[in-house]
Amino acid sequence: MSGFPILSLMLAVPLVGAIACLFVGDKMSRFVALGATLATFVLGCILWANFDIGGAQWQFTERADLFGRFQWALGIDGMALMLIMLSVFLMPLCILASWDAIKSRVGLYMAMFLIMEVVMIGVFMAQDLLLFYIFFEAGLIPMYFIIGIWGGANRKYAAFKFFLYTLLGSVLMLIAMIVMIAEAGTTDIPTLLNYDFPAGMQTWLWLAFFASLAVKMPMWPVHTWLPDAHVQAPTAGSMILAGVLLKLGAYGFLRFMMPMFPDASAQLMWLVFGLSMVAVVYTSLVALVQSDMKKLIAYSSVAHMAIVTAGLFAFNQQGIEGALIIMLSHGVVSAALFFCVGVIYDRLHTREIDRYGGLAVNMPAYALFFMLFTMASIGLPGTSGFVGEFLSLLGIYEASSVVAFVCTTGIILGAAYMLYLYRRVVFGELTKDDVKAMPDLNAREWTIMVPLAAVALWMGVYPESFLAPMRGDVTTVVARLAPAKPAGDAHLAAGKPKPAAAQGETAHGSAHAGGAK
Amino acid sequence: MTADLALIWPELILTIGGLITLMLGTFLGDRQVGIYQLSALLTLAAAAAAVVALFGVETTVFSGTLSVDGFGGFAKLLIYTASFVCILIAPRFFSGGMRAEYPTLIVFAALGMGIMASARDLMTLYVGLELNSLAAYVLASFMRTDERSTEAGLKYFVLGALASGMLLYGISLLYGFTGTTDFAGIAKSMGGELNIGLIFGIVFVLAGLGFKVSAVPFHMWTPDVYEGAPTPVTTFFASAPKVAAVALMTRVVIDAMGPAVGAWQQIIIFLALASIILGAVGAIGQKNIKRLLAYSSINNVGFMLIGLAAGTQQGVEGVLTYLLVYVVTTLGAFLVVLQLRDAEGNQIESIPALAGLSQRRPGLAAAMAVFMFSLAGIPPLFGFWPKYLVFEAAVNANLVPLAVAGIVASVIGAFYYIAIIKMMYFDDKSDTEIPAGGGAIVEDAVITASALWLSVIGYLFIPVLAVLSASAAAVLF
Repeated sequence: MSGFPILSLMLAVPLVGAIACLFVGDKMSRFVALGATLATFVLGCILWANFDIGGAQWQFTERADLFGRFQWALGIDGMALMLIMLSVFLMPLCILASWDAIKSRVGLYMAMFLIMEVVMIGVFMAQDLLLFYIFFEAGLIPMYFIIGIWGGANRKYAAFKFFLYTLLGSVLMLIAMIVMIAEAGTTDIPTLLNYDFPAGMQTWLWLAFFASLAVKMPMWPVHTWLPDAHVQAPTAGSMILAGVLLKLGAYGFLRFMMPMFPDASAQLMWLVFGLSMVAVVYTSLVALVQSDMKKLIAYSSVAHMAIVTAGLFAFNQQGIEGALIIMLSHGVVSAALFFCVGVIYDRLHTREIDRYGGLAVNMPAYALFFMLFTMASIGLPGTSGFVGEFLSLLGIYEASSVVAFVCTTGIILGAAYMLYLYRRVVFGELTKDDVKAMPDLNAREWTIMVPLAAVALWMGVYPESFLAPMRGDVTTVVARLAPAKPAGDAHLAAGKPKPAAAQGETAHGSAHAGGAK
Repeated sequence: MTADLALIWPELILTIGGLITLMLGTFLGDRQVGIYQLSALLTLAAAAAAVVALFGVETTVFSGTLSVDGFGGFAKLLIYTASFVCILIAPRFFSGGMRAEYPTLIVFAALGMGIMASARDLMTLYVGLELNSLAAYVLASFMRTDERSTEAGLKYFVLGALASGMLLYGISLLYGFTGTTDFAGIAKSMGGELNIGLIFGIVFVLAGLGFKVSAVPFHMWTPDVYEGAPTPVTTFFASAPKVAAVALMTRVVIDAMGPAVGAWQQIIIFLALASIILGAVGAIGQKNIKRLLAYSSINNVGFMLIGLAAGTQQGVEGVLTYLLVYVVTTLGAFLVVLQLRDAEGNQIESIPALAGLSQRRPGLAAAMAVFMFSLAGIPPLFGFWPKYLVFEAAVNANLVPLAVAGIVASVIGAFYYIAIIKMMYFDDKSDTEIPAGGGAIVEDAVITASALWLSVIGYLFIPVLAVLSASAAAVLF
């Protein structure tokens, strides 16, 4: 595969599809979009199959000096690979999810989704700082249209809020990037990753990046755009927003802030931990009292992302690997949950939890899938959620037991709000006539549910498939952070090597904490 | 002297061509639109060709009062191109009311602007400025039976005269305290201790020039004049004179006041930030698209001044690139406005009438969306790139707080740009029918070309732009 510009091809296919969608008319554009996303998914699979685990850090690199001041430089490592896979996997499902739900201006809608795909995978591929910024910001435009044109009643407000909130954060990051480019004299990301910025400068750069990425994450207290955006966006818009766009923030933390500014990261660790702890508890409590299903899941996303940030800033292998798995797992599970909401929304056109009830009776297949994804969101062992939460809490515990304690309460609260949601929607008496008339999943919805469920289980049962490509990259980041890493309060002592069955002994306590949900 | 004449071919061509156009109009009558329009277009094209032919020449003519260099050449090419487009689009707008004065005045204005961009002496500066301004006053009131147009012309004239007065006062102070009107000579005196007279001179000259670039707080005329003037004239005001004035200001600041950085830099920084913020805030409540674009031009001038405030070659390169991209975007946006006509062919200027435009005229709405996102500086549209360059220049000149303030204020500006897009795409169709305008192939072609260029394609031109702007900016350092 070497030498063949597969990454550029992966960007070109959806882009060509997007342009085609604008011209082929509403009916055809659905098929064009599905075809383009599936083709990109196949290319993604080829990419994964050819990715050399344990090989060079950057693979499939491409470099073309197109822009003078900066380059068309693409390349991926394991983390980027996994996030690209997540994007290309979710995309065809999003197109299918909007197959019938979107009735007006379908061509434009499909074009916007395909542009969204180009932009998202471009962010993960970019190896040039300015190219990264261009992709990163470009995502605002299609999402603005998706929320604003095809969204709910209050869509215009939500679209504005989404756009301006994220823009305000991003522009500060741009200034930081200009400073970095001036200081290091290059826009090449692999070079910058190993450049040691002066400690005083690092703090400012870190804060500027934080302003942008914390909004994208979103972290408390700058998360308020997210519930609005989710509630107003069409189903597929929410799927892609929760599935991939929220991961851009965490990706930025891991790709830029931590390895490029290790000293500042260590110095401001308390800030991230503090905000994460507040977010976990606060947004979980907020989720508990929501009456709108989408809002509830949106707040649960904020809580999950807070565990991700805490896990990342644990500065150790388990914490970061766990955070990455939560990102992937949450990408699949929250997209699936939003789709579950979309399924019943398409039938009854309301997201009010009280309007439903007793769906287990007339929609058993739906109830089954919804149950699976609810459990995965809670983090039941055997589902994808468990692996990520367990690993990251393990890592956090090593760094700070207080933070680990607070974050774990979030998981208990998570179980509370998700099960409460499930009980109100799916169980109970089937009393309402219009709810009784709702048919179970159709073939199209099955087609979307099955792959999502399969991946959620795969990740839960054999996470090694996903961890293996990322392990080397996480080790690199951990090594980069090691000199700055503050001592944790866990005081781990290596136990005496006992034969067999002794692995993971030191982490026994938190294993119970993670498993006792 | 005769050798000097060979170096000012662009100016000579414009003078002669302008006179020929005037004669053609006088003798053949205003009905012969095709002929005098063609004459004016050919004149501008020939002048542009002469500028290209002189590329690489770097000298001064007429005892050092006028320069022939890459910087002036860059600005002149932009000015002539913008003037060219503004003549091209006029007949369809004025329909029956087209008169030969329009292309003639634009050619003479272009001549004045060329002189502004090349001036190396305070007197040539003033001659060029007034030649342009006088033509512009008449152009603003071109539709003499229209109340708003005459009002715009009068307002422009009165305030313009005030600004000229301030400028002249500043010029007289600079002359009085340095003993010369030559930029190089003034720069020499600025190198030493600055006395109060010189500082006052700098302030008044910059105030006069600030009026011409419509920087806050000298911007008050802009929205009224832009709104009142006929749309092709507004297109012209927003493009070519902006280039000339910014180029002139750059040359005065760098060439004549260069050594007195401390004195002018804070003025420019104030003008820049005030323009960005007021240009953005003022635009929010606007209901008229031409007024809104007027505020947008004020806002954009603010960003250009950030590059100028840096006072480095990199900053000037940023300013020049910004001018180029700004002219393309502005021409495109105004051409879209020009296409907005209701069923009776009346011009539509109210912003609420744009509601649902994407369903009536998808192509036009898409182009407008590109222009708006580009003006807001959202990547991947090309409007991002010049903003990046000026901010980079400011950061590299140790003006990080200025860059941060500017970029944060740019988010305020983004608000009204995306509000236009919301109007076109999210809102339901308005009652106003906007039928497709037939037969405007030229306009469609210009809109399509500029929209495509401002989408990602523009990035491929960065290396070329970098070479051009660097060679132009290098002249001043």
